[in-house]
Order: sequence, then C-alpha cells, then structure tokens
Amino acid sequence: MGYRIDNAQMNDILARLAEDYRIFAPAWDRQKKNVRFCHVTMVEQIVLDRQTDFSTKEIYYPISQVMMRFSTDHIEDEELTDDRGILIFARACDINALGRLDRIFYDNGNPDYYYARLREKVKLALIECTEGFENCFCVSLGTNKAENYAMAVRFEEGSVLVKADDEDLAVYFSGEEEPFEPEFVQENRKRLTVPDINKENLRTIGKSEYWQQFDERCIGCGGCNTVCPTCSCFDTTDILMGEDSLEGERRRIWSSCMIPTFTETAGGTRFRKSQGENMRFKVFHKFYDFKARFGEAHMCVGCGRCDMRCPKDISFFDTVNDLNKEIPEQNND
Amino acid sequence: MTDRQKAEAMINIMKPEPHRVLKIVRQTRAEYTFRVEWPGVTRDGQFFMLSLPREGEAPISISGRGPGYVEFTIRKVGRLTEGVFGLEEGGLLYMRGPYGSHWPVEKLENENLIVVTSGTGLAPVRTSLMHFIEHPEARREVYLIAGFKDRHSTLFDEDREMFSQHFHTVYPLSREKEKLPGYETGRVTSFLKDIPDEVVSTANYIITGAPAVIASVTEEFLGRGAAPEKIWVSFERRMQCAVGKCGHCKMNGVYVCLEGPVFNFTQAREMFD
Repeated sequence: MGYRIDNAQMNDILARLAEDYRIFAPAWDRQKKNVRFCHVTMVEQIVLDRQTDFSTKEIYYPISQVMMRFSTDHIEDEELTDDRGILIFARACDINALGRLDRIFYDNGNPDYYYARLREKVKLALIECTEGFENCFCVSLGTNKAENYAMAVRFEEGSVLVKADDEDLAVYFSGEEEPFEPEFVQENRKRLTVPDINKENLRTIGKSEYWQQFDERCIGCGGCNTVCPTCSCFDTTDILMGEDSLEGERRRIWSSCMIPTFTETAGGTRFRKSQGENMRFKVFHKFYDFKARFGEAHMCVGCGRCDMRCPKDISFFDTVNDLNKEIPEQNND
Repeated sequence: MTDRQKAEAMINIMKPEPHRVLKIVRQTRAEYTFRVEWPGVTRDGQFFMLSLPREGEAPISISGRGPGYVEFTIRKVGRLTEGVFGLEEGGLLYMRGPYGSHWPVEKLENENLIVVTSGTGLAPVRTSLMHFIEHPEARREVYLIAGFKDRHSTLFDEDREMFSQHFHTVYPLSREKEKLPGYETGRVTSFLKDIPDEVVSTANYIITGAPAVIASVTEEFLGRGAAPEKIWVSFERRMQCAVGKCGHCKMNGVYVCLEGPVFNFTQAREMFD
C-alpha cells in the first residue's frame, strides 16, 4: 500500500517523525558548498537534482568521533546524548554501501561498539532513483537496486509518493491511498566491466607496470576515500583540551589508504611506498579481496563520487575498466 | 547482526584497562623491558595494544611472561613509546589484548629448530626460546642467530648467555668492525651457511626482522631444502585498532592483526604490499 502526500502534509509528518528520529536527507550544507546528508525538517530542503558530494556514512560513522574521554588516571566511554533513532533518505547505492560497512564493522573480527550503537538506530528511506548521474555505474554492479529499506519515496512536483512497510514508520502515514512500488535505474551512461582478478593472477597484476602511471598523477590527498561510501579506515588520536591539560579525548578520524603515510610505522618503515602501489591496494580491495573475504559482492557500489572529487581528474572508473586490458596480456606471459 | 554479535557489540573492544608496571629493566639506551601486572593467558608471539591517555596507542609484542605478569620490550621510536619511557615502577599502563596468532610451540617440539632474528625481532621470540630452556626434554638441536646493529643495541644479554649454554648461538653485530667477545661481526645472513645441511632440511624455523631480512633468510634456507610449511615468520605493521577495523595493517586480503602477526610461510609467501 502507498500514499500520495502533498508537501505541506509531508512536512507535518516530518515534524512528528523528528520527535523520534533524527532525519537526514541530501541537502546543501551550511556553507552552501556541498550537498551532503544534512538534518532536514522540510521536503523543500531536499536536493535531488544533483548527486550528493558525500555519502551517508558520515551519519553512522562520523568523520571524527570521540571514543573515550580521559583524565589523569581514568578512561571512560563517550556517552551518546541523543536517544532518537536515525532516519536516512538515501538512494540504492548508499543503502547497499551501508551493507558493505556492516561487513567490516560487524563481521571482521568482533563487532565494533561505536559503529553498532549508531548503526542499530538507522532506518532507511529509499529515494527512488531512475536516472542516475553523470558518474554513476551502479547498474554494472547490481547496486542500482535495494530491498532492505524501511520505507520508499518518490518525490514529485508538490507531493510525494510513500510506501512505508516498516511498522514503526507506517503509523506516521495516512491519507489518500495510491499504489507505489519504487523503480530503479536500468542503465547508466557508464558501464563497467569488472576485471577478473583472482588468486592466480593477483601477484602478476599487482606487480604490473600499469600502476606506475599513478606515481606522478596521484597527489595522495585521500579525497576519493573521503567521499567513498564504503571506505572505513581510520586513525586514532589523543587530543588534549589544552596544552597543559590532563584531560582529553581519544578520537577516531577517517583515514585514507591513498595518503602516503598510511602504512608507515613509528620506526619510519613504509610498506607501500608509491602512489601506484596505493592505487593497486585500493582497486584490489574494492574489486577483489573484499569479495574474497565476505562473499556476496564487491565492495565498490559504483556511485562514482570519487571520480567527481579527484582534483587530478583521475577516474577510478577508467582505472578499473582499463585494468581489463592488462589481464589477458599478463596471463599470456 | 546476529544475536551473538549484538551481545558482543555491547562490549567496547577499543577500551583499554589500566595495569600496574611492576618492574622496568633497561636493555639499551632506547629499549627497556616493562613488566606489567596481567592475570590472563597469553601465547608466544601475540601482542597487546598499549596506551597512555594523551599519548595514543601502539601494538607491542609480548617478550616475557610469568605468574601474574607479562613483559614488553619497547623501543623508543614514537609518541606512545616515548610516553611509556616516562613511566616509573608502580605507574599505570593501559592495555587491551592479547591479540593475534602465535608461534605454534607444540609443533616445534621434538624437532630441530632454527631461529633467526634481527634487532628487536628477538623480543617476540624470547618466550618460545625460554620454553625450550625450561623443557629440555622437548628439545632437539636449537640454532639461534640473533643479529644486532652494534654493541649498544644488544638485547637480553643475560638470557642470551643462557641460550649459548644450551643452544648453538651466533650473535652478529652488523656495524661493528672489530670482533667483540661473545659476538661476531656481520649480518645474520652471513652465518646461515654454518648450519649443517641435515639440520636445514629437517628443522622448523622462526624468522623475524625487517621484511627484506625475512625474505633473504627464507630464500637461502628454501634453496638448501627447507620445507616451506615448517617456516614461521612474524610481520610488523602499523595498527590503529588491532581488531580488524582501522585497515592500516591490511596486506591485500589479509589483516595482519587478525590472521597474523605470526604466519606460516606457505601463507606469507602469497602476501605482498
């Protein structure tokens, strides 16, 4: 069952939802620089005509997160201050990407406390996406579709179509009934051929000269990892309240495998020394070893945000697609 | 999440607990051994995340253990380790662990054993060497080649004298020009040839140190007939979490914190950066 709800009515519903949920949807950030997943209170704030610069991950896996607070001889957990749930209006790519992060934070070793306590609050409202954007290649990866959402919406001129399957959410909706089943984008402008990286050719491809093109081109800014909805790496750091303060906090902050010091130990050893090696590591993670470890799917969901972000115009899409040309040659060696 | 995971997620695996420093032994100018109160079980070659509020965390291998304590031999190289050097006996060190895979000591018993280490690489091997001192009945021939930079950087001087009484030992110093009593000059790789072929082809191996040293030592022994599945190595990697989340220690598909740091060579040879 679905409902057609005009925007004014929907805004009333959002106001009621906000008593129990923090609501996030694509919207311009305060500086009007980026479209990100911001707190919204009205349908009119939601930006749908361009792709979000950031993904949904900053909601449940914050860029900088206080883990613990400490004083001279005491460490204690940072408490969550907001009891409300989290409702996110997101497209299929980001919904699929959340499943990828779950694998790392739940299934790789023991589950992560800080992730779980935010993640378990999340309910997803699928934004119907039938067109995609310039850099999308979700159809090639099957991430154009999603099923694990609590409700779905189609934003139309002046009104929204809503389908709320989740019983916690269904109670907020009523009014003019209209059947609604979300559709999914069927074709992107970009089509990716996933390279056949496997156990046998892994080392040959890994040591290929192909990666050297990035030694100079990539400046190691890590922007691609920052906007990626599936990148999960972090650094931990202790921050003091003041120069002489004995009080402080231990935070974790997003890190990036493309930053030159990512593998550097305290003794100064760097295990991956070039940007080419870093690029190979990232491509292998997104298109080989995540799937080898967890089964089901590749890590990349084809949102194309990294291509939009790169200041050196390096296309991850092209990097992965062009890798296909390397594979038959390598196998003939 | 499964129900079991939900229960586990209630436990904060990133939160360290304070433990009292019982004893501090100076090994070199830059390396001290810290004995810390620890009631739990540890295995040889495992590590802990050590931390101090304000100084951050770092992964450190166990270099010793006894009733109610573990020991860490720490080299002063970064922010955390400099902070730890400021501790006094009775002070508090924050710990979580133990983490990682371990040397398979049971498999190493009753067969010849060759151990090659360089620098602080001797620290994570020390408990296994002590095992064979304490259990001579489980020991065959043990060869230990433990290299250091120079006379100022040698570790576990007393232990090594004891090892020399029970094992075949060589302690090469790579940057000393003159031969000092009890030491040789040169690199560990120069002394591998002195181990007899019949030992090389049958022994188990423990090899630690810088990746390049592990690679060249392993290659030489394999060339002389060592069995790859009898070689065990340990990898040192940058880690921010040690529980499979931060991504820093990942070598392609392998998380060194979860699957390592101790690897059988048949797995290690497939891994690369």
